[in-house]
Amino acid sequence: MEKRVTFKGIWLPLLLVLPQILVTAIFFFYPAGQAIWQSLFIPDPFGLSMQWVGLGNFEFLLSDRFYRASFLTTAIFSILVTVVSMGVALYLAVLADRLIKGSGTYRTLLIWPYAVAPAVAGVLWLFMFNTRVGVVTWYLGALGYDWNHVLNEGEAMGLVVVASAWGRISYNFLFFLAGLQAIPKSVIEAAAIDGARFWTRFRTIVWPLLSPTTFFLLVVNIIYAFFETFGVIHTITSGGPQQATTILVYKVYSDGFVGQDLGSSAAQSVILLVIVSILTVVQFKYIERRVHY
Amino acid sequence: MADRDGMVEKRGAGLWLTHLGLIIGIAFIFFPIWLAFVASTVEQQDIVRPPMPLLPGGHLIENYTRALTAGINAPVATMLFNSMVMALGIAFGKIAISLLSAFAIVYFRFPGRQVFFWLIFLTLMLPVEVRIVPTFEVIANFGMLNSYSGLILPLVASATATFLFRQFFMTVPDELAEAARVDGASPMRFFFDILLPMSRTNIAALFVILFIYGWNQYLWPLLITTDPEMNTIVMGIKQMFPSGDDFAHWPTIMATSILAMVPPVLVVIGMQKLFIRGLVESEK
Repeated sequence: MEKRVTFKGIWLPLLLVLPQILVTAIFFFYPAGQAIWQSLFIPDPFGLSMQWVGLGNFEFLLSDRFYRASFLTTAIFSILVTVVSMGVALYLAVLADRLIKGSGTYRTLLIWPYAVAPAVAGVLWLFMFNTRVGVVTWYLGALGYDWNHVLNEGEAMGLVVVASAWGRISYNFLFFLAGLQAIPKSVIEAAAIDGARFWTRFRTIVWPLLSPTTFFLLVVNIIYAFFETFGVIHTITSGGPQQATTILVYKVYSDGFVGQDLGSSAAQSVILLVIVSILTVVQFKYIERRVHY
Repeated sequence: MADRDGMVEKRGAGLWLTHLGLIIGIAFIFFPIWLAFVASTVEQQDIVRPPMPLLPGGHLIENYTRALTAGINAPVATMLFNSMVMALGIAFGKIAISLLSAFAIVYFRFPGRQVFFWLIFLTLMLPVEVRIVPTFEVIANFGMLNSYSGLILPLVASATATFLFRQFFMTVPDELAEAARVDGASPMRFFFDILLPMSRTNIAALFVILFIYGWNQYLWPLLITTDPEMNTIVMGIKQMFPSGDDFAHWPTIMATSILAMVPPVLVVIGMQKLFIRGLVESEK
């Protein structure tokens, strides 16, 4: 796509793009290039020199038990976050869509948790499930269940999943509601007249017509779970217990800044970079074609 | 008529069930925030001897005043100010540089234009989390640790907004540029007098999204603000927890959490239409 009418001049447009070029070159391309470059070296223990290891960091990572465990943790974590937040959002959106009056009010009420930062969401959920003062912990205790996410790996995972999914419900709800409202009412009414019950209508008409929205949200939520949940993990579990909630992004941070293992951290960045690129390409290409319209 | 369940819109009992379902969902979503609010209105003793009350107490003003003026490591008022500078800096910075470069790539033919276009596409994919270590080194070398420019610039460095403005400028009728050219108006005159006013809604929608994005940053401020006076509120909350076995001061922490939510929530509610529009457009 090109404009037919353009202005003359070469220096003016170059001047106009200059700020953007400078900022992205210095703070984006240079660091991204550095990440790739550093991933090919290991620094000596005193940090004085770098030794070329080629793909050694990658080979080491892929054979590292902890790194592979972190991959699995990330997979479980992102699938759970995506399923929980999209499930709840779809349920609420279907209900809101059935109302003739008042769906706008519910939308306003459901929309604003989007503005709550993942790190703040982490603190809120940590407070409820705190092992010493948490209200939910206390009531669970009263029911005879001893909640302790500081020691129990499954409970730690459950808590970070719920806290991450909670903050994402608004976003998914908005897109699902918009998707549902775009389905022509006449199609659904026709099915209803033919005697299709709610569940049949949902399965055979609504769900297939909603698939572009669903696929889009699937990719966006996985990207969210991969990267933006850092704040939730850092505030609630700091990756523990025994690395049970150390997702890949958290490991880049803990190996790079806490462990000071720059070569490995850079190699992990590069692996993440490849994963995001694949997800982005999937989002742009594959999904556009596969879904029904 | 016998079976109401078959109808598309619910009536009678079904209608109430629909409302009930939504209200339960909303209650579940609100509960953590309600609890945080309650905790910000009671005293520490009410919390450390569980279970804490579920209705607000009478220490609201006292807790918020203490948080804002003293805080734990730094006054929360300072952190709020830092967050505000960061969020506004990111929003305005990104919008300004993106408007200019989108104008250049749409309305001019210049050498390197294609290269530039590819660069834009590349930056769409890379979140700051992936390049934290080298970006940190760049900032450290520039001496920008604990500074506003260090907080803002790396997050401005992505061309997503350029991409959006480019899409919008492509839809602006050619006749307008044509007329401006015939009248002898300079390109910048066209930009300021015609293009900018036409982009008002798009700019506002993007502003909402970028403000929230900037306000809610966590990892980046955590890395580069070691001085408590430079902490942003969202990352500062975690710093309020004691490192040892002591009890955290929950009323102050929860008052801070509530304060951290207020500005972005107000922006979302106050600019709801623009917000939805911004979300949908920035994802397309």
